[in-house]
Amino acid sequence: MSLPLISPASGGGSPSPGTAGRGVSPGGGPRGGLRGRPRGGGTRGARSPLGALFVTPYALFLVVVFAVPLGYTVWMSFHRFYFTAPGTEVDAPWVGLRNYQDVFTDPVVLRSFLNIAVFLVINIPLTVVLSLVLASALNSRVPLRSFFRAAYYLPYITASVALVAVWGYLFGTDGLLNHLLGGLAPDPSWLVNSVLAMPVVAVFVTWTNLGFFVMLYLAALQSVPRELYEAAGVDGAGRVRTFMAVTVPGVRHATTLVTVLAVIKGSNLFTEPYLLTGGGGPDHASASPVLILYQKGIEQAHPDFAAALGVVLVLVVVTLSLIARRLTERKGA
Amino acid sequence: MLRKTAAALLLLALTGASTGCARTTPDSAAASSSRGPVTVWLSNNAQEVAWGEKWIAEWNAKHPRERIKAQKIPAGKTSEEALSASIVAGNSACLVFNTSPASVPQFQKQAGLVPLDGFPGAEEYITARTGERAAQYRSEDGKFYQLPWKSNPVMILYNKKLFAKAGLDPEHPKLSTYEDFLASSRKLVRSGAAKAAIWPAPSSEFFQSWFDFYPSFIAETGGRQLVEDGKPRFDTPEGRRVVRFWRGLYRERLAQQELFPGDSMAAGKAAMTAAGPWAVAAYKDSIDWGVVPVPTSRGVPASKTHTFSDEKSVSMFSACENRATAWDVLRFATSKRQDGALLDETGQMPMRPDLLKTYEGWFEKNPGYRKFADQADRIVEVPGVAGSVDLWQALRDRWTASVVFGRERPEPALRDASEKVSELLDEY
Repeated sequence: MSLPLISPASGGGSPSPGTAGRGVSPGGGPRGGLRGRPRGGGTRGARSPLGALFVTPYALFLVVVFAVPLGYTVWMSFHRFYFTAPGTEVDAPWVGLRNYQDVFTDPVVLRSFLNIAVFLVINIPLTVVLSLVLASALNSRVPLRSFFRAAYYLPYITASVALVAVWGYLFGTDGLLNHLLGGLAPDPSWLVNSVLAMPVVAVFVTWTNLGFFVMLYLAALQSVPRELYEAAGVDGAGRVRTFMAVTVPGVRHATTLVTVLAVIKGSNLFTEPYLLTGGGGPDHASASPVLILYQKGIEQAHPDFAAALGVVLVLVVVTLSLIARRLTERKGA
Repeated sequence: MLRKTAAALLLLALTGASTGCARTTPDSAAASSSRGPVTVWLSNNAQEVAWGEKWIAEWNAKHPRERIKAQKIPAGKTSEEALSASIVAGNSACLVFNTSPASVPQFQKQAGLVPLDGFPGAEEYITARTGERAAQYRSEDGKFYQLPWKSNPVMILYNKKLFAKAGLDPEHPKLSTYEDFLASSRKLVRSGAAKAAIWPAPSSEFFQSWFDFYPSFIAETGGRQLVEDGKPRFDTPEGRRVVRFWRGLYRERLAQQELFPGDSMAAGKAAMTAAGPWAVAAYKDSIDWGVVPVPTSRGVPASKTHTFSDEKSVSMFSACENRATAWDVLRFATSKRQDGALLDETGQMPMRPDLLKTYEGWFEKNPGYRKFADQADRIVEVPGVAGSVDLWQALRDRWTASVVFGRERPEPALRDASEKVSELLDEY
């Protein structure tokens, strides 16, 4: 017997043509998020003087910490600029797209974007699949469930430096893995191998962040109605079929969130290559754009180049996030 | 009304924040004759800190109105980054006892340094204290933005116990020619005495070339700088011999491609290291060490070998408000007596000519340092040109790709690096 098409949206997923799709979300609020909010409510809030006063500190925070630096970064990226002592008058001539031209013709920068592409190709599918599978397992009644939940979350809250030391021990030339592999160990070893260094970093980051994404999926799984699983059981669906037809569509919004966050986190990669591969080695094979941004802007005192690279990176991340969102949400359309 | 009030509050807070954060550089004319408290930053080297605490306590006891407040340089990956950030923030110390000459052109460009020539007798003091080598520390505009303070001539320190284990003579190791150095290295590694004969950092930070390529290049050329008369001078037969020598060490796995987390020689993983006398403090209690000059292709005698200085200077930063006092402090801390205390406490070489005679008694008590003192008379500095960091980075990128990882042939890589350095010099 085939399973009837049950819209997962009835349990809190995306809106569907069904009756449940127009109902209320599990939290009791209006479905559809901000899009579904009555316009009047928003306007009333904006007109409240007290509300405006309450908002002021956060608005100030946004302006000082985000808007001003972002605007300044864009300005820097179109000028020949360097940092000087306060009160020093220096020329910062307009150079148009020169800094961007330098960014796009720098082989190390291009390599770093290629590295990030490799990273994301490995990291995102691994993150989504592993965290969903683990969350599903930890959502069921398994022995020592709380222990396993804590165990998977532990790397996420442990200092990167400590985790890097463990991975250095595992993947070093004299590391545990090479001892186990013996003659099958790669030569040069993992972290100094220009082909393997970035995949090792990608797997490392997947492992460290997995706990966070498992938590997101666990939260999403709470909102998938038990009735859907019961209905699937009545229809004779096996575990895999139930997982694919109920669980996966039921947590689609969480998948979008996980994917977008993984893209953003991956694109901001810095600590791991900085510590694990000796600053993006070997020979820039694991360098990330943020690492190059730091090296150019801080180590080599070229903030204008770094600003242009930062702007390019922001555009790339926004584009990738939009694509990820479109892809993950289209599957359920 | 309240909405307008909120907007006004926001504007006020922004103005307040920006005003509160803003600093200005003190007026140069007023600051140069001003006296009062000064701040001093020291490196995080334990021996240097101990030395600093002593003379600062001595100064403070005698100058209650011009007290010195000292601390270690704020944490950063390198001191240079922390110093550059402090220039931009306007909160540098008056004096920093750890300025790298390679960073001086950049700090100058940032308007972060005070030219010392403006103080009465400064030029005479610097040139008399440093001797002929002082010329290497003048900036392109002819001024001194740094007082050459101490050097750490890079030599080859080796572990006698590991040499003996490999069947090599620990008292007279054959390390002077490339051929001998490679042969000894092979014995060290193949006998299992050490995992690596020598283990310099294989990473791409611009300054790492100061501990592999540059000392070898200086030794091989008899004391040439990387850049002279505005042109790169390393794509030469000497430079090519140096890259081939180091490529041989990596190709035969006598040097490791992996970054060692810590000090490979202290950990017993490497039998040799290229370092200055600062490293002795780290080894003296655990390793029976010996020291020889950097090898050359033909084996230059120790008395004629040149090497990289790994020098650190003292600079006065433009955030300093009491510069007259700072200059007095600088002279006090670099006097013959304090230099002797520095030598005694740290084993590092004050930038004074003829150290062996000047501090004869100390070297008699500490004969292990005599070779460093002798070598200190033949040291070569990084070129003090604008864009210095970029030049070193260009060289390092090609070095790691070719010499360390063998992805390209070292000679063409050296040529590429030279062309890139040439472009950068023209650009600056």
